[in-house]
Amino acid sequence: MAKQTYDFKPVNVGRWVVWSAFALILAVAPMLFTSSLSMTMLSQMGIVIIVCLSYNMLLGQGGMLSFGHAVYVGLGAFAAIHTLNKVAAGDWHLPVSLIPLVGGLAGLAVAALLGAVSTKKSGNTFAMITLGVGELVWSMSLMLPEFFGGEGGISSNRVVGEPVMGITFGPQTQVYGLIAVYCFICTALMFAFTRTPLGRILNAVRDNPERVAFIGYDTQRVRYFAFMIAGFFAGIAGGLGAINFEIVTAEVVGAPRSGAYLLFTFLGGSLFFFGPILGAVLLVLATVLLSELTKAWLLYLGLAFLVMVMFAPGGLSSLIMMNLRVASHGLFKRLWWPYAGLALTGAVALAAFAAMVEMLYHIKLNEALGPEMKFLGLTLHTHSGGSWGGALALLLVSTGLFEWTRRHFVRQWGRIQEDIEVRVARGMGA
Amino acid sequence: METFFVFFLNGLSYGLLLFMLSSGLTLIFSMMGVLNFAHASFYMIGAYFAYTLTGVFGFFPALILAPLCVGLLGSAFERFALRRVHPFGHVPELLVTFGLSYVVLEVVRLIWGPANVDYRVPAVLDGPLFTLANVKGVGLQWFAGAGAPEVCGPAAGNSCTSFPIYRGFMAGVALAMLGSLWLLLTRTRVGLIIQAALTHPDMAQALGHNVPRVMMGVFGGGCALAGLAGVIGGNAFVTEPNMAASVGAIIFVVVVVGGMGSLAGAFLASLIIGLLQTFAVVFDVSAITVMQQMGMQPNYDSWAYPLLKITVAQMAPILPYLLLVLMLILRPKGLLGTREE
Amino acid sequence: MTSHKSEFALELRSVRKSFGKTEIIRGAELAVKAGERVALIGPNGAGKSTLFNLISGRMPPSSGEIRLFGQPIQGKTPYEVNRLGLARSFQVSNLFPRLSVFENIRCAVLWSMGERYVFWRFLANLKEVNRRTEEVLDLVHLRRKRDVQVSQLTYAEQRALEVGVTIAGGSDVILLDEPTAGMSKSETANFVKMIREVTEGKTLLTVEHDMGVVFGLADRIAVLVYGEVIAFDTPENVRANERVKEAYLGSVLAQTQAAEAGVPA
Repeated sequence: MAKQTYDFKPVNVGRWVVWSAFALILAVAPMLFTSSLSMTMLSQMGIVIIVCLSYNMLLGQGGMLSFGHAVYVGLGAFAAIHTLNKVAAGDWHLPVSLIPLVGGLAGLAVAALLGAVSTKKSGNTFAMITLGVGELVWSMSLMLPEFFGGEGGISSNRVVGEPVMGITFGPQTQVYGLIAVYCFICTALMFAFTRTPLGRILNAVRDNPERVAFIGYDTQRVRYFAFMIAGFFAGIAGGLGAINFEIVTAEVVGAPRSGAYLLFTFLGGSLFFFGPILGAVLLVLATVLLSELTKAWLLYLGLAFLVMVMFAPGGLSSLIMMNLRVASHGLFKRLWWPYAGLALTGAVALAAFAAMVEMLYHIKLNEALGPEMKFLGLTLHTHSGGSWGGALALLLVSTGLFEWTRRHFVRQWGRIQEDIEVRVARGMGA
Repeated sequence: METFFVFFLNGLSYGLLLFMLSSGLTLIFSMMGVLNFAHASFYMIGAYFAYTLTGVFGFFPALILAPLCVGLLGSAFERFALRRVHPFGHVPELLVTFGLSYVVLEVVRLIWGPANVDYRVPAVLDGPLFTLANVKGVGLQWFAGAGAPEVCGPAAGNSCTSFPIYRGFMAGVALAMLGSLWLLLTRTRVGLIIQAALTHPDMAQALGHNVPRVMMGVFGGGCALAGLAGVIGGNAFVTEPNMAASVGAIIFVVVVVGGMGSLAGAFLASLIIGLLQTFAVVFDVSAITVMQQMGMQPNYDSWAYPLLKITVAQMAPILPYLLLVLMLILRPKGLLGTREE
Repeated sequence: MTSHKSEFALELRSVRKSFGKTEIIRGAELAVKAGERVALIGPNGAGKSTLFNLISGRMPPSSGEIRLFGQPIQGKTPYEVNRLGLARSFQVSNLFPRLSVFENIRCAVLWSMGERYVFWRFLANLKEVNRRTEEVLDLVHLRRKRDVQVSQLTYAEQRALEVGVTIAGGSDVILLDEPTAGMSKSETANFVKMIREVTEGKTLLTVEHDMGVVFGLADRIAVLVYGEVIAFDTPENVRANERVKEAYLGSVLAQTQAAEAGVPA
């Protein structure tokens, strides 16, 4: 007979704290960042968080790499905006706050249809199929202007129907409120999913699809159901987007969007549940702020992604967790100086590299403005050897110093890991 | 009839181009287990390199130089990036090539601009190779070069179609390249190793053959093949930053439809898709036109009307993807698929 | 799973398997009674793992019949075979590396407890599932490593978990593929004891190379040579069988192992 074990799970208390903090941040953020730009970004973050979490259901939890996730977000958006127009015309009666659910149902339906075909295969083949299916839907969007609105897309007005308790969704703050509520609920639901039988078997399929069959499960079915659930949440996000922007164009189903979801989910990290949340925040910051700051933002993004894949495939969230683990053993103070050194040399190297990239872009794109350009408060001359030479020299020196600091850091890190192993072994008993 | 024949050859030459690309992709995938998402990017680089080198050295030297440069770039990428990621598994390998495609796109846009560049067919290869004329009352007639004006001029009222020299050149280069590849695979020692790795990668590794240098060579070789395809395809079709994305998706379809790991399957699928896309453009019929032929009145208000009025010609870009979906439903392992993943 | 059409838990009738032109299994015949413990022995390359793959559904036989409690299962998928009451382990541990020991076992328990593709109930609330998981955890002596990730277990612990994942679903027929491979003498002895406990009342077919384990554990021994079962009898009779001696058991090593296990020559 199994013995009774009393498990005190201190993490349960931690869980309440984390979720309350999440709700608090969602509620308080618009009061701290009040500018309209901030509201725009916060609203978009709320939406993209749902998208990236739904994407990670496939990537991080299921091991399914999809290149066409935007299809489900986008078709949810189109369904929602058509519904919105029907409500505006008085044909249908549905409160605006429930319209994202229409998007969700559309995402679910499309995922049921396309997923039946896509999930027949796994791994690399699945990835290629999702790319092909994504291209299919994108191309169809150009052929069906009635549904997709052609070049101009479909636009609508979100201030329709009867206001509920005075909420018309006219002001951006009210839209943000709607988004925040959906974001919280969807995040909670997707987190709950990871603790259900299907969620756990999905993890097993990720780890070892072959063995899953030998314990009684049809792996294709498991993937298919996960695909549909991910499609549902993606559709909800699409619906929120339709309400937020009041216009949906065909690019919401396009390959660049799918690529962005993939890139940033991976950047945030697919190993931990909160990784995609980080990634979503970065996505909005990059597309709204970084794109304004420099014309080379896509290049920086691609390079950052490459660096992440090569050196930290677990993403930012795994880096954070690794350091938290060190901190939880009280050993983080050993890393202050190495990190400071890395930060300093890294920042300088990055600045020097960026200077050269910006000068290159300036030559190519802003010829008419002349050879002078501003960069971080300095004036650079794109045609002078001095600027180029200086940047190159700075880059080489700082990269050299960075590498030297990095080796020192790696040694420290190794020593810390060993110490932790010793402590853990001691704690568990031989 | 004459249009059919010329279109058929056009479709074949496009299919051969697709096979040049998909064969490199299949070789890299089978030998290294890496799905090279950036394969079409190397195609694009080949075209752009050819454009620049043609301006300096002329087309035919560029035909040799450009693929070599692309191959070198590919080998360098394998050596410094791909190899590093290999121990992390297949998903990071695919993602690193995905990242590369991103970066290549931006760099190409930066260096050559976002619009398409004027990469032209060289004058010596420009023009018709032969012309087929359907002469009234006489039947099909064949002319070398362009058709005589009295037969094919606007006044004569005959239907004439020409097959361009360059298409023939494309097909010729593709066949020559593929012929050499076939010889390499079947007649040389390196080729035998690669063949073994295509169907039994683990065994080939166990025999000690997957030395890093061979990997680098295979990856570089595959990229060089893609680059060559870019050299000869870039001027026949358009050379612009978007070309990688459009061709990339199609060669993935080719590989899945043909069956993962099967070169013969990729060949078959390439030709089918090449012919499909070339011929579809001709058919300006839709379900609605068929219905009208049969005497039925279309219901313009029906929700299905927008779908039914799409012509086959309009569908040409998505036909490969429809074929993909059809194949997955009817025959998931592909036309000639061998290995189950 | 209680009413069976046949007295035999597992039957192989003229099973053949070819890979291309090479025939690996050449007409294998076997009839294992319910509750019996059978060891499958044979020289390397005889086709033992292939036979396991055929029985468990990993690949279909080229011809012949495989029956589980009288029901034909040849050509069925692995999950279909498992749902009908057969579970197998792997020679190279085939576990879920990023999940903990507990989660590994729990995954193997789920289907047998009626949980299907459920996403509206929490795992923590599935009392029966969790109780059974804890039970299996104790049976394979891995309680200490309950929440440890698989990738951090020792080799012997992974082999124990491998057996745990196999028996967790409560299948009536258990196939174990070289469960003690690579273990030391003392580890093997403990492991065999554990196997005997967890397969109490079940039908067991195990591939083994260690003759000591074979003679100590098995009710009957099946000898597979070049894809054919050349003998299927009690350990004493198999030891005396001339054909078997010729083909396999004649080696000094096998004799020594048998002697150590206390089986009379």
